Amino acid sequence: MFVTILILGLVLGGTYALLALGLTLQYGIARIMNLAYGELTLAAAFVLVALMQGFGISPLLTVALIGPVGYVVGSLLYTVMMKPLVARSSGGKLDVDSILATFGLLFLIQGVLLLVFGPNFTSISYLDKGVTIFGVTVALNRLIALGICVVVGGALVIALATTRWGLALRAVAQTPTSAPLVGLDVNKVARQGFALGTALAATAGATVAMYQTFSASGGVVFTMKALVIVIMGGVGNVGGALAAGLLLGLVETFVATAIDPGLTLAATFAIFLLVLLFRPQGLFGKA
Amino acid sequence: MKYVIYPVALALLAAVPFVASDYALGLLIGMVTYVTLASAWAMFSGPTHYVSLATVAFYGAGAYVVAMLNEVMAYPMILLITAGVGAAMALVVGLSTLRLAGVYFVIFSFGLAELIRQLITWYEINIYGTLGRYIFVDITARGIYWQMLALAAITIGLTAYINRSRLGLALRVIGDDEVVAAHSGIPLARMKLMAFVLSATILTLAGAIASPRWVYVEPAIVFNPTVSFLTVIMALFGGANRLWGPALGAIPLFLAFEYLSAHFPDVYPIFLGALFIGVVFLFPNGVLAGIEGLRRGKKEETA
Amino acid sequence: MVNLFKHAKACTTAFAVAAASFMTAGHATAADDTITIGYAVALTGPNATGAGISTVPNYRLWVDQVNGEGGIEMPDGSRKMIEVVEYDDRSSNEDLVRAIERLASQDKVDLILPPWGTGANLAIAPLMARFGYPQLAVTAVTDKAPEFAARWDRSFWMLGGGHDYATGLVDVLAQARDAGTINNKIAAVSVADGFGIDLIKGARPAFEEAGFELVYDESYPLGTSDFAAIMSEAQASGADSFVAFSYPPGSFGMTKTAQAMGFNPKVFYISVGGAFPIYPGIADGKADGVMAIGGVDGTSDSVKAYFDAHTAFVGNPPDSWASAVTFASLEMLEQAIGRVGLDHGDLAAELSNGTFDTVIGQVKLEDNQLRDLWTVGQWQNGAFVGVGPADKTGAAAPVIPKPEW
Repeated sequence: MFVTILILGLVLGGTYALLALGLTLQYGIARIMNLAYGELTLAAAFVLVALMQGFGISPLLTVALIGPVGYVVGSLLYTVMMKPLVARSSGGKLDVDSILATFGLLFLIQGVLLLVFGPNFTSISYLDKGVTIFGVTVALNRLIALGICVVVGGALVIALATTRWGLALRAVAQTPTSAPLVGLDVNKVARQGFALGTALAATAGATVAMYQTFSASGGVVFTMKALVIVIMGGVGNVGGALAAGLLLGLVETFVATAIDPGLTLAATFAIFLLVLLFRPQGLFGKA
Repeated sequence: MKYVIYPVALALLAAVPFVASDYALGLLIGMVTYVTLASAWAMFSGPTHYVSLATVAFYGAGAYVVAMLNEVMAYPMILLITAGVGAAMALVVGLSTLRLAGVYFVIFSFGLAELIRQLITWYEINIYGTLGRYIFVDITARGIYWQMLALAAITIGLTAYINRSRLGLALRVIGDDEVVAAHSGIPLARMKLMAFVLSATILTLAGAIASPRWVYVEPAIVFNPTVSFLTVIMALFGGANRLWGPALGAIPLFLAFEYLSAHFPDVYPIFLGALFIGVVFLFPNGVLAGIEGLRRGKKEETA
Repeated sequence: MVNLFKHAKACTTAFAVAAASFMTAGHATAADDTITIGYAVALTGPNATGAGISTVPNYRLWVDQVNGEGGIEMPDGSRKMIEVVEYDDRSSNEDLVRAIERLASQDKVDLILPPWGTGANLAIAPLMARFGYPQLAVTAVTDKAPEFAARWDRSFWMLGGGHDYATGLVDVLAQARDAGTINNKIAAVSVADGFGIDLIKGARPAFEEAGFELVYDESYPLGTSDFAAIMSEAQASGADSFVAFSYPPGSFGMTKTAQAMGFNPKVFYISVGGAFPIYPGIADGKADGVMAIGGVDGTSDSVKAYFDAHTAFVGNPPDSWASAVTFASLEMLEQAIGRVGLDHGDLAAELSNGTFDTVIGQVKLEDNQLRDLWTVGQWQNGAFVGVGPADKTGAAAPVIPKPEW
C-alpha cells in the first residue's frame, strides 16, 4: 500500500507540477497573474487532438514541437497585451490590471475554442498502456508527463541557478525596480519569462490531452490547480513548484487511498489555504 | 436636493413591477442583484484594493442557508440567520486572512470559495445523506425584486455613510499605503475586518434573497465562480472607488451580457473577452473616471 | 462631488433608456402560418457539454425534419412552419429563469422546450407551471419525479430516477451471479453530485437485498481527474463487478485507467458517457462488453433510421441514452399538436393521456412519467444496446464476463 501511494502519487504529482511550471514563471518573472493560463493549456490540448485526428500526426511529435510555438505566442501576447499594462502601472495596480486583462483573454480563448472545436468532451486514446514499476501499474502516458516534467523542470532549475540568463531572470523576479540599475533590460527579460511560461503551458496542455478528458469550458480547473501549486511552491520558485506538485500528488493519492476520495479536493484547498496563511512565501521559500 | 431625489427614485423603482412584464421584472432582478453584489464588493475592496474573488462563497452560502432551513422556519427568521452566518464566516475568514496582501489575498479568496463548496458537498453526502436541496418558499418575483432593491439601497446608502465616516477615511489610507496607515495610528486589522464583515454580510443576504428563484440547489449550481468574476469586473468597470461606480458598471454590463447571449449565443464569450480587454486598456480606473478624464481633456483643449 | 452626481445621473438615464428599448425589442410576432418554439439551453459554460450531446442537436434535427416536411400538422390538416427562438443560459440557473420569463412574457412563444439538466429543469418548473406551458423534462433524472409531476401538473418526467437505474443494474448483476458467472462482491464508486449520490443511494439497499456485498464504496468529488488510486483500491477489493456512477470525464478517465492498469473485472459498468458515440474511440476500440446507463433497442428499425438521420444532420451519431428519448419527446409533442392544437391545457392533457408512436416505440406516460425505460446497456459488436430490463422488447442478452481489454 505504501509503495502504491508513493508511485501513483509521484506520477500524478508529476503531471501537476508540469502544469504549474509555466504559471510560476509568468507570475514570478513577468509579474502577470495570468488567469487565462488554463485556456492556453487547453488550446494546446485541442491542437494536439486536431493534429492527431486530422493529419495523423503523432501526439509525441506535437508535444515536442508545441513548446516553441507556445513561446512565440507567449512572446506576442506579452508584447501586444501585457507590456502596455506593465508600462503604465506599478505595484498593486498591475495585479488588478493583469487579472482583469487575462480574465478577458480567458473568455476570448474559450470562445474561440468553443467555436472551433464545439462544446463536447474530447478524449483520445494514446499510450494508455500500463507500465509496471515495483509492482504498481501506471499509465505510460502519465509516466511520459512525469518524465517531461522532471527533465524540463530540472533543466530550468539548473539553468536558472547557473547561467547568466538565469541570473538575469532571477534578478528581475526579485527586484524589478533595481534590475535596470545593473543594465538589465527588464522588459526583454519579462517577455522571455512570459513566453517561456506560455511554452511550458502549451507543453503541459499537450501532455494532458494524452491522458485526460477535457472540454472547451474546463480551463479554469487547470488554472486553479496550477495556482495552488505555484503558491505552495513559492511564487517564481521553479524548484518549489516541482516539489509542491509532487507533494500535492502524494497528498491526494494518500487521502484517496487511506481516508476518503471525497475529500481529495478539500484536502488540496485546505493545504493551499494553510500555506497561504502561514507561509505565503511558499513551503520552500525563505521567510 | 438629493434627499428628495433618492427617495423618489427609489419609490419609482419599487413601483416598476406593477407595469413591467415578467421578463422585464426578471431583468430588473438580475440588474439589482449585480448592483448589490458589485456595490457590496466595492465597499471593502474599493478603498482597500484587496481584490476578493470570494463573492460567491458568501452569496452561495446565503442560498444554502435558505435551502437548509426553508422547511423548518419562517422566511424573515431565515434571513436573520443568514446575516448571522455571513457575518460569522467573514469574521473567521477576515481574522485569518486580512494580513495577506496583494495577489495572495486574491488567490486565497478564490480558493476559499472552492474549499467551502467541497466541504458542503462532503457534509451533505456523508452527514445529511443526499446532495441537492429544494427551496419551496412562497415568494414571488416581485417580492424578490423588492427585497433586493431594498438591499441595494441599503448597500449604497451604507457605502455613502462609510465614505464620510472615520472608517472610510481609514480604509482609504490603508488602500494608499498600509505602512503610513499603521504609523498614523489606524487600527489596521479592526478597520479592515469591519468593512469586510459588512460587505460579506450583504453578499450573503443577497444570495439568500435570490435563492427562491433557483428552486433546486446543489453546490455545483450555487458556487458558480462566474458570479465572483462578474462582480469584480462590474465594480472595476464602473470604478470601485466611487459610490455609484459599481452600480454603473453592473447595469450596462449586465444588459450587454443579456443581449449577447440572446443574439450571439455562439460568440458571446469572444465579445465578453474583447470587452474586458478593451475596458482595461481604455478605462484603467473605471468608466466614470474615464468619462471625467475625457471631459477634462476636452475642456482643457477648448480653454 | 456635485459634478460626479451629475455624471452619475446622466449615465443612469442613458442606461435606463437603453434598458427600456432593450426590453421592448421582442421578436416579431409570429404570422398565423408559423409556430414559434423557444428554448434556453447551455451553449457555453460547464453544462454545454451535456446539452451539446443530448439536447441541442436533437432540437435542431427535429425542427429541420418537421420544417422539411412543410411544418407541423395541425388538427385541421393545415401545416405550420416552426420558427425557433434560441437563448444561451450560460449554465447559470439565474440566466435560465430569466430566459424562460423572456420566452413566455416577451417573445410569447407558442411552446417552450426544456433545458438540459436536473437542476435546470427544476428551476424552471414553477415558472412553466405559472405560465401554463407543458414541460417535457427529459434530461432530468430524479427519484422525486412522482412528487414533481403532482406538484406541477403540466410537467412530464421522461428519464426516470436514480433508483430505477440502480435496481435495473442490480437485476442484471443478480442474474449473472445466480448463473455463477460472477462472485457476490461489488466495488462501487460514485461522483459527489446529485446524480451520483441518487444512484448510489438507490443501489446500496438494492445490492444488499439481492445478497451482494459492497466491498468498496466511495464517492469522489466532481472535477477529479485522476482515478489511479481509486481504481487500484477497487482492483484490490476482490470484486468481480466494478460499478461507477459517474459523469463523462470520470467514465472516460476510469476506462483509460482500467486499461492501463490491466484491471479486468468481469463486469465493468460506468454511467453517463458510456453510451456516447465517442466512447469506443476512448476505449481504444475495446468497448465491447462495457456496460453503462441507458440503451436503445438494437433490433429496432426506427432507432436505426433515427441514428442515420442524426449522423447525417449533426455529423456524429447520437448518444444511446437521453438522445433517443429527447427526440421521442419532440415527436410526442408534434403528434399531440396534431391531435389537439396549441392550447396548453389541451396539449398537457393529451401528452398525459395519449399514446404516441415514437422512435423508441409506442409511448404512453404513467402519471406524467415515462416508466418504460432502458436502464442498463452494453457495447456489443460496436453498438450500444439495451440489456436491461431483460423483459423489455428488443433486450439483448448481457455478455458476462466482459472480454479482457
